[in-house]
Amino acid sequence: MFGRLTIEALPLYSAIAASGAAMVVGGALLVAIIITWLKGWMYLWKEWLTSVDHKRIGAMYIILALIMLLRGFVDAIMMRAQQAMALNNGGYLPPEHFDQIFSSHGTIMIFFMAMPFMTGLLNIAVPLQIGTRDVAFPFLNSLSLWLAASGAGLVMVSLVIGKFSTAGWTGYPPFSGIQYSPGVGVDYWIWAALISGVGSTLSGINFIVTIIKRRAPGMTLMRMTPFVWTALCTSVLMAFAFPALTVACGLLALDRLLGMHFFTNELGGNMMNYVNLFWIWGHPEVYILILPAFGVFSEVVATFSRKRLFGYESLVYATAAIALLSFTVWLHHFFTMGSSANVNAFFGITTMVIAVPTGVKVFNWLLTMYRGRITFHPSMLWTVGFIATFVIGGMTGVLLAVPPVDFLMHNTTFLVAHFHNMIIPGVLFGYLAGYMYWFPKAFGFKMNEPWGTAAFWFWIVGFYLAFMPLYVLGLMGMPRRMEQYNDPSWQPWLVAASMGAVLIMIGIACLIMQVVVSIRDRKRNADVTGDPYDGRTLEWATSSPPPVYNFAVLPEVRDREPLLDMKERGVTYAPPSAYQDIEIPKNSPVGVIMGGLSFVFGFAMVWWIWWLAILCGLAMWAAMIWRSSDDETDYVLVAEEVERLEKARYRALEAAKAARS
Amino acid sequence: MKQAVVTLRCAAIALLAFLAGGCDRLVVLNPKGPIADAERGLLIDAFTVMMLVVVPIIIMVFWFAWRYRRRGNARYEPTWAYSAKVDAVVWLIPALIVIAVAVLLWRSTHKLDPYREIASNDPPLDVQVVAQDWKWLFIYPEQGVASVNQLAIPAGRPISLRITSDTVMNSFYVPALAGQIYAMAGMQTRLQILADKPGKFVGRNTQYSGGGFSDQFFEVVAMSPADFDAWVAKARQAPAKLDPPTYAKLAERSRLNPIVQFSAIEPKLFDSIIDKYTGGHQAHGQTPTAPARR
Repeated sequence: MFGRLTIEALPLYSAIAASGAAMVVGGALLVAIIITWLKGWMYLWKEWLTSVDHKRIGAMYIILALIMLLRGFVDAIMMRAQQAMALNNGGYLPPEHFDQIFSSHGTIMIFFMAMPFMTGLLNIAVPLQIGTRDVAFPFLNSLSLWLAASGAGLVMVSLVIGKFSTAGWTGYPPFSGIQYSPGVGVDYWIWAALISGVGSTLSGINFIVTIIKRRAPGMTLMRMTPFVWTALCTSVLMAFAFPALTVACGLLALDRLLGMHFFTNELGGNMMNYVNLFWIWGHPEVYILILPAFGVFSEVVATFSRKRLFGYESLVYATAAIALLSFTVWLHHFFTMGSSANVNAFFGITTMVIAVPTGVKVFNWLLTMYRGRITFHPSMLWTVGFIATFVIGGMTGVLLAVPPVDFLMHNTTFLVAHFHNMIIPGVLFGYLAGYMYWFPKAFGFKMNEPWGTAAFWFWIVGFYLAFMPLYVLGLMGMPRRMEQYNDPSWQPWLVAASMGAVLIMIGIACLIMQVVVSIRDRKRNADVTGDPYDGRTLEWATSSPPPVYNFAVLPEVRDREPLLDMKERGVTYAPPSAYQDIEIPKNSPVGVIMGGLSFVFGFAMVWWIWWLAILCGLAMWAAMIWRSSDDETDYVLVAEEVERLEKARYRALEAAKAARS
Repeated sequence: MKQAVVTLRCAAIALLAFLAGGCDRLVVLNPKGPIADAERGLLIDAFTVMMLVVVPIIIMVFWFAWRYRRRGNARYEPTWAYSAKVDAVVWLIPALIVIAVAVLLWRSTHKLDPYREIASNDPPLDVQVVAQDWKWLFIYPEQGVASVNQLAIPAGRPISLRITSDTVMNSFYVPALAGQIYAMAGMQTRLQILADKPGKFVGRNTQYSGGGFSDQFFEVVAMSPADFDAWVAKARQAPAKLDPPTYAKLAERSRLNPIVQFSAIEPKLFDSIIDKYTGGHQAHGQTPTAPARR
């Protein structure tokens, strides 16, 4: 009846695991109680969970990402504490628990922090920047969100019921095969990655179509903002790369469930096939994450230097070149697998070639600051911190691209330091810059700046303190993922790294305080104009938060910086001569229902509860059919209603202007 | 320009030497053999060339951020957004650097191919390496002995390693002597090492392999040829023999195995460990008897 699920699955084997589970359950209960107390369930269901509006979906993606950031960070600080202690002793975590933690840290940070954060920013900014009313497939967008949430849910549930994988976030077989990992951990990892991966593929397709087909009149490709360009390249990568992950995880699942031998040691299975498939997704994935962050930096640096972006066309070609090249370098993740010198050298050189367009981008940002008028909004601080830190990570990346150097440094903490040096300043700083930059657009009030600035300083100092010692430890020959060690000279560096993690923790606390304080002061910091930074691009041409239709009349684009152009021509807030009816997609519960079903389906597959898996599969299929045969998915907002909403906005604008003068 | 590179390289070596001298625990910067030494040299060269672009960028970002701050009085040109000359320079500088490093990369990758045996007047000593949960077995086919968790080698003579795994994927790493290479069941990989002088070095598995991973280290003892002969002679006196039942017992999971020697081995033991997973059909043409690529 319940497959291999028994009462044994509860984490009563260790106090630490049990308290982790209690925190997850307690946190979920607390949120549920607060919502019930606020009588918020109906509002939440009607306005948010079933919403197909890209702005709300974007906000929900980012909320998911921030929650998962907390979870992923708890994993990180637990590992740092363990390694700081575990010289010639077991520390406080047994190997089996430590191994789950490094696996879940990587899985969560990549799949359930970075991916949703990125998709959330795309959702909030892309349709507004290209001047459209929604994404091409609003329902698909909702489905993607709930598939991502379902995968995240599976990882969280593994804390409470059963255990998570110990095979690392990359899940290399044969270790992740049924022979060496007989438990449910790897299955949790597989189904979380599979389900959310399908969501990401769908997001990629959705944004490709949106950007190609839904741009405002006059918005030619070479007038799109750099962020939209990066979003387009990222979406193409998502659509092409994620299927490789889906296949790799699917075959691994077949190995585990049906005793097949794609990747096992025996019967012709070969783990090298998995390693190749995984990184054919895994390397483009790095660029999927980082390109939109580059896009954010490009927006932020132009806005806060109060200057046109330097070398727009170079930047666009550099972005496209990076996207293309990202598919040609995957082998550098395993130079040490014994390929011939020709193969290794080829992939080493393609890897370094990517450094060229990346270098061009860095120079473009610098030259945008050059002869600008720079204000240090927190978003700009993240950007400056990023440039200074990212070049260090880029430098160590070029070192690792040289195969004989990689032989020396691969799988050591030098490698760990390198990719955190790319992902924290490159990806996370970019997303946080975007989050603080577009927050007023999404919610109608500005974020508190002092707390944002404090968060930046704790993060960047914490980053250096946490990861520079790992470079040194790598040069000392310390492998990654060690639960304990016997070399006393490592310990001081590990203690320093754990202090860095503490500083980052304070940085995260500052981020939380920033949200709390910003919500408290929301009236004072209201963004009445919709254009808090004297912006240049279309998202600042509409109100904050934008009405459900984004633009009452689709803007006519004549320039690469359309809003600046409108301001120069003095037509910024000119009311149109007439309003028209607007078709708007209706909210739909099918997305959230299918997400829920996919969660139960994943859970059933993990625990071998076949009847439940079949039931959920059928129910998902039925829901899809039902949704597909629904012909009334839109409603019409009549012109009078649009006019009423727009007039109210103009009155608010007038009042704000009067109050200021 | 050339002068600048030379100066920078000297500075980088001085800095790294300071680090290495201050802390001889930085194994990677204190190589004890020619392979690791060449790999370290490459690390330093690539690092030096990269500094040519990294240092100016870091200086520029802080300089620009300060000089063009809003309250400063520096020149403000809000519409200056393109210059063909500047554009050419920003593409050319990274491109030239990458071309320089690419040439270095192509040559060194071939020179330091782990399958290429070290040129020497002495014939290489063959050692076969088997990764197990969670220990390392070293088989000396010519000497007919084997050793667990201790790799004894004669200093000054090239060692030619053939590596496989009798469990999950492992990675064989002795940072003082050479970079690492994976060990995979049903396949063999190769690595060449040479220790300049007698000494003791630490070797590890760097590829996570389960609960005993942290304890999966071994010692490499480089000794004078005479001492090595004595070591082999002593190993031949060891009470234990590596017959199939003993091997099966040894291959079981265990942690912190003591160093043990075996006085006799099954013939073709290494091949039979590989064949176990392939049914006798070698994957990828890497037959254990295939000649080394040169």
